[in-house]
Amino acid sequence: MSAPGGKQASRASDQGPPALRPGALPRMRPAWFTLAAMAVAALPLVLRGDYALHLAVAIGINAIVVLGLNLLMGYAGQVSLGQAAFVGIGAYASAILGSKLDLSPWLGLLTGVGLSAVVAAMVGVPMLRLRGHYLAMGTLGFGMIVHIVMVQWEGLTTGTTGISSFAPLSIAGVKLDSEIRMYYLVAATCLVGLAMASNIINSRVGRAMRAVHTSEAAASTSGVDISRYKLQVFVISAGLAGLAGGLYAHHAGYVNPDSFGFGYSIQLLVMVVLGGMASVWGAVFGAGAVSLLAEYLRARQELSPVIFGLVLMAVMVFLPDGLWRGGSDLVARILGRRAQAEGG
Amino acid sequence: MTSSALVQFLISGITLGSIYAMIALGFALIYNATGIVNFAQGEFVTLGALAAISLSAAGWPMPVAVLAAVAAVTVLGAVLEWGAIRPARNASVITLIIITVGASILLRGVAMWLWGPDALPMRPFSGEDPISLGQASILPQHLWIMGIVLATMVTLRVLAEKTQVGKAMRACAVNREAARLVGIPAERMVRLAFALSGMLGGLAGAIIAPLAMGQYDMGIMLGLKGFAAAILGGIGNPFGAVLGGLLLGTLESLGAGLSPPGWSGYKDATAFAIMLVVLMAKPTGLLGRGGRS
Repeated sequence: MSAPGGKQASRASDQGPPALRPGALPRMRPAWFTLAAMAVAALPLVLRGDYALHLAVAIGINAIVVLGLNLLMGYAGQVSLGQAAFVGIGAYASAILGSKLDLSPWLGLLTGVGLSAVVAAMVGVPMLRLRGHYLAMGTLGFGMIVHIVMVQWEGLTTGTTGISSFAPLSIAGVKLDSEIRMYYLVAATCLVGLAMASNIINSRVGRAMRAVHTSEAAASTSGVDISRYKLQVFVISAGLAGLAGGLYAHHAGYVNPDSFGFGYSIQLLVMVVLGGMASVWGAVFGAGAVSLLAEYLRARQELSPVIFGLVLMAVMVFLPDGLWRGGSDLVARILGRRAQAEGG
Repeated sequence: MTSSALVQFLISGITLGSIYAMIALGFALIYNATGIVNFAQGEFVTLGALAAISLSAAGWPMPVAVLAAVAAVTVLGAVLEWGAIRPARNASVITLIIITVGASILLRGVAMWLWGPDALPMRPFSGEDPISLGQASILPQHLWIMGIVLATMVTLRVLAEKTQVGKAMRACAVNREAARLVGIPAERMVRLAFALSGMLGGLAGAIIAPLAMGQYDMGIMLGLKGFAAAILGGIGNPFGAVLGGLLLGTLESLGAGLSPPGWSGYKDATAFAIMLVVLMAKPTGLLGRGGRS
């Protein structure tokens, strides 16, 4: 992603999002996936107390959103500054259907996913005609409108009061109302999402997406139906966001418009870029890093935004490809130097 | 609706729109020099407002307080470029944008640390007695804002057309590589763009503070509206930025005035909805260059 000459950098600027590094075809090895699944399953043995688990669940929920946003940004090259809206739609669908219609929580969750996807399909058709910063602004405007509706449409959403009276998810009569049960549900969903995302990347859709990102003209000439693929990825990312929103509602037991504003959209964007775009692991890593940093700084009161801003700037200046790739490059370089020193 | 009410809404709309136009112009300058959207633009406005409030409260004469605040934010713009954008100049556009997001969080934090979370008032530049204008009335501060914004726009326009530096900046906006080839120091133009954006943001903040008060997070909404105005007009086009700002401000004010009771909460939604409708009809903004692929 780092362009060696200024020329490439200036050309990238015309489109907004950067081109992928050639040859970056991250195929997920089953071994890594199994290892990750085992680590995730064993994590509660190490994490002591509800607070740590609560944090892990929050990271998992963010990771599900970020997986979708990463597909959209890192692979299809489309920036969304309104992703929080889809999370909000999913969360409110669960909360409203659960509290007003007393519907089965699972049905509420599924409705949230479906509704987010349908809204994305409807909004996406006109919106994805926009490019670069225009698309960023378009999605930002959409996110703002959805947020304002959440605050203002009090008959449906109860406005800033929020909704808390809805039943928790349950499996075979067992209510998922403790941190540990939510943890396993979210962890499993996250892993399925991870596998799905990496499958999409290595499928026909994924190849088409990368082609679109590298050169829309070339992809279009080769017969790729650009707008269809863009829309598909947009809908998938919205569906994942809606799913995360439903899980969020049941985890927090409470929804409120504040959680789904512009600030959250920006936070999601930061997770994708800080973790490292165009790598499914990087996305999850970014979600973890940003959530943990924000939580760690929260206790430090007044100066916490100052430190958060400084850390964010420093990471992006020194590791412009993100923590995941930047970090692994750094490790490789250190190991390489050591090997060289030993060899010489 | 009476015509005097309409005039009243137009006056506040144009005032607000002039502020958006200044912020949008700041976005356009940095976009033209670097291709990035500067998310710290709103924080320039905040710091300009808060610095002017503190200095004038400390007993400095109003013009000196405003100029000192604007000068401080101008320097801040240049420092941001020197400290965070220059070192990462080879990074991708999205990485640079995240750096400006980091800068905005940092500056907002600094503003809250120094000035606290409450909104602070500022004395108007010259009195608070409204001047009657037929059946409508206008505050002196409205006139100050319109006058200062107009003077700033005209000055910038003359500088861009007549001076060597202005021509060099415009050349960089058209084609950075070609500008560099004919010996224009493109890097210095980037720093100048950041400094000028700081100046425009700081000035916008200092002149709106007597009407809107100053608060550490005022820049979020103002920055977003300025970004929306820049996009509405066609990003990178200075005339588009001004047109977009005035249009957004006027429509927002009229929308708030004309909406039925109970619907005024949707005022911000109207502004964004109108912007979306325009973008759907014209995907590169009102005066934007044709679609680049």
